[in-house]
This record gives sequence, C-alpha cells and structure tokens, in this order.
Amino acid sequence: MATHEVTFPVMDERAILELRAGDEVVVQGHIIGLRDRTQIRIFDQGVEPPMDLRGAFLLHTAPNVRKVGEGRYEKLCIGTTTSARMVRFTEPLGARYGVRAICGKGGFPDEAIEPMRRHGMVYFAIVGGAAALETTQIEEIEEVAWEELMPECLWKFRVRDFGPLTVGIDAHGTSLYHDVNEEAKKRLEGILARL
Amino acid sequence: MSATATSNRLQEAVLEAAAYLYVWALKDIPQDLRDALADAAERETSVAGQRVLSTILKNVQVAEDESNLVCQDTGIAVYTCRVGEHFPLHPARIYEALRDGTARATLEHPLRSNAVHTITRENTGPNIGHRLPIVHWEFVPDWGGLDVKCVPKGSGSENMSFLKMCIPADGVKGIKQFVLESIVGAGGKPCPPGIVGVGIGGSADYAMYLAKEAIARPVGTRNPDPEVGKLEEELFTLLNETGIGPMGLGGDVTVLQCHVEHADTHMTLNPVAVNYQCWAARRASAHVAADGTIEFDREA
Repeated sequence: MATHEVTFPVMDERAILELRAGDEVVVQGHIIGLRDRTQIRIFDQGVEPPMDLRGAFLLHTAPNVRKVGEGRYEKLCIGTTTSARMVRFTEPLGARYGVRAICGKGGFPDEAIEPMRRHGMVYFAIVGGAAALETTQIEEIEEVAWEELMPECLWKFRVRDFGPLTVGIDAHGTSLYHDVNEEAKKRLEGILARL
Repeated sequence: MSATATSNRLQEAVLEAAAYLYVWALKDIPQDLRDALADAAERETSVAGQRVLSTILKNVQVAEDESNLVCQDTGIAVYTCRVGEHFPLHPARIYEALRDGTARATLEHPLRSNAVHTITRENTGPNIGHRLPIVHWEFVPDWGGLDVKCVPKGSGSENMSFLKMCIPADGVKGIKQFVLESIVGAGGKPCPPGIVGVGIGGSADYAMYLAKEAIARPVGTRNPDPEVGKLEEELFTLLNETGIGPMGLGGDVTVLQCHVEHADTHMTLNPVAVNYQCWAARRASAHVAADGTIEFDREA
C-alpha cells in the first residue's frame, strides 16, 4: 500500500486516480468544512454555495471556534463527524460542483461507490475522535460563510500535513467498507453457527 | 452557619465539581483506557488498523500537552450520582447544581453546545435544556457523602444503540447473537475500538440504562456475577473475531472490552440492550463530602 501527499484543491483528475483503497494520504493546501445543514441548504433548499468547490476536499465537521472579529474565527477544537448521514449528497457534489474528495469518519455505504467512480472522487477515512491532533494540523480558518448555521457553516481551512488519512473508497470502484463488511458478515455466520 | 448558608455553599461546591468534571473528562482520559488502547496497538496486525491506533495514541498525548479536548464532540452531559442518606443537600438542589455547572463549563471554556429541542432542532442553551443534563440517581444508606460521575457521551457512538426484546426461548444465545449483529451492523460508525455495553434483563428502559452503566465502568473490570462475567469474556472474544477493526477499516481489534450489567426480569421477558462507547470513552468522578470538600478521581 502506497503513501501519497496531495495538495488540494486538485484540478488534475490523475492525482485522484493514483489513489487506491487502503493507501495512506497526507493532505496540504486548503480544505472546506461542512456538515448536514450546510448541504441541506445547498441541495434541498437550492442555495448556491458562496465558495468555489471545484477540485475541493470536503471535511465533515462542525468545529468548536471562538469569534475574534467580524467574520473571523480562531480554532479551539476541530474534529470530524460521522459521514454516513450525508452520503446522498455525493452524486450532486461530484456532478454539479466537481468536488474531488470527501473526508469523514465511519465510512460511506455502498451507494457512494458508483458516483465516486463516475466523477473521479475519493472518500478519505480520518480517525474519528482524534480532534486534538487534527486541530494542530489546521493552520488557519481563512473564510467562513453562512454564519447563521453556526457551527454547521461553510468553512475554509488552510492545513499542513493533514492526516494520516486512509483511502476508504477510491475512484476505481473499490470500497474498504464494503469489503470489510462482507468479510465480517461471512465471519459472523460462522460465529453464529458455533453458538 | 445557618442551614440555608450551608446548603448554598454545598450547592456551589457541587456546581464547581460538575463544571470541572465535564471539562476534565473531555480532556484527560483515564489510565485504564490509555492502557487498553496501548495494548490494542500492540495486538493489531492490519496496516490501516495500526495507523488508526497509533494516531489515537498520538491524539491522546496531544490533547494532554495542549490541554485540548480529545474529541470535538462535547456530547450530552450524563451524570451518575450516589447520594448518601445524610448528605445535607436535597437531590433537587444537586440537580440544579449539575445543570448550572454544565452551563458554566460550556460558557467559560467555551465548549461547543450540542443541546437542541428534539422537534424544532433549535439550540436550547449551553449544553442544557428540558431534562438536560441527564442525571441518574442511586441512594446510599448510612452515609453522608456524594459521588458524582460525569460521562459525556458523543453522538457517533450513542447513535449506535440497539434494543431487542428477545423471548425467553431465545435464551442467552439470542442475547449473544443480537450483540454480535449490532456491532457488525454498526461497522466503523461508532469509532471502534470502543467499549460495548450490554444490559440484560429488567425492562426495555432498564436494560438500556444498564447498558449505559456498563460502558461507564473502568475498562476490563468484570461483573462480579460469574455467569455474567463469563458472558463478558465470551462476547469480547467473539466480537474481535468479526474483523471490523479500528474505525471499521478492518483488523483484529474491533472492541477494547465488552461489559455486561444485568437485572432480574419477568419470567416472559428477555430484553437485551446495546450501548456503544467510542474509543474516547470519557469519564471523570468526584467525591463531595458533607462539608463541601471536593476530591477528584479520574479512575473511578
């Protein structure tokens, strides 16, 4: 399994196609934070996001922050939430906005595999709960939009050595979550037969 | 000092204890949990699993060094109180103190406030609201003290809670099957490897309460009833055979432990409840004496 360093946003799809399920990735550059309500506003309420999402790395987060001025925030503790709740946004994020990576914890169910393959996207698994470390890898909160959704705003972070992340679903149709789950179900059958 | 002045002073002491416990629990996880995580990192053989566990251990250290929260999910504040018969503050006032302490910690630190109205989803205050925080009570005869344990519970793991009203004919086999299926179904969502709390017997609501009590025990302590202790051992082994692994990425360590609490039940009932606790199994305790002296205990 390979180790990669990727800088976001990614404009060349080839950088995404190089990543394979199980690979380790460390991220540089800019990432965008958002959560349930942010995406409900974009897709269910039809409001255009005031940030460019082309080639973006999206992080499922609702950070703890301190307000230090008009539209300016200082990080306190930034961690990652469970992704599965937001899987239905995968297809339109890829098709309409050209998002390249979605990062969260716990994985996406199988319905994400096909949109990710079609639009050249990956799912990155972060270590859920490891927020203290994640906070040190976020250098600055550069922008925030939709403050009225606090803390589920649209956030732009500048990161350094963000990770280590694991490629959970790659752009070639392989999902670690699918494979692990199939294997666990098979093992479970064996365990139950022995009870 | 008048009775009112004593009671006010004691209420302030409980408030102070609650405020401290909430933040402390979020920042500094107990030694038994640190040991269990280090042990898991040694046992794990999958590459992704090792990566997850070494990141977790690093994170625990960073939280301590930077005095930051281990996890950003400040959870729902749950307290367990053991109130001595002679403790000179009424539980109604103890509840007020726990609520005010939760609010004070949230505003002063500041902590993210997660509390919302369950229908409107509007924020209800600094981690307080209608029936929030949640407090469980136990009353102890012939004693003048108060023990408070704070267990902030994040939503990632709390969302992975399951109840089944098995029938008596399902027996203990039905219990084991339900626990195993629940944890395989949960996959990586509750931030494994954590503590699987299982409550058996009692009623539907009590079984879930017992499961919650089970996750708040120090890691690896065994139920004193040998039959229940044996069930804990067996489930622990079987759960780790599923291969779900750290963060659901596959591996040897799916759970750090399985704790089971039980209650006697009706002859036609066989309830089983599962409550998951993530690897960041946060808890902290304090003892408040009748004179207001507070003693903190991270390991209880």
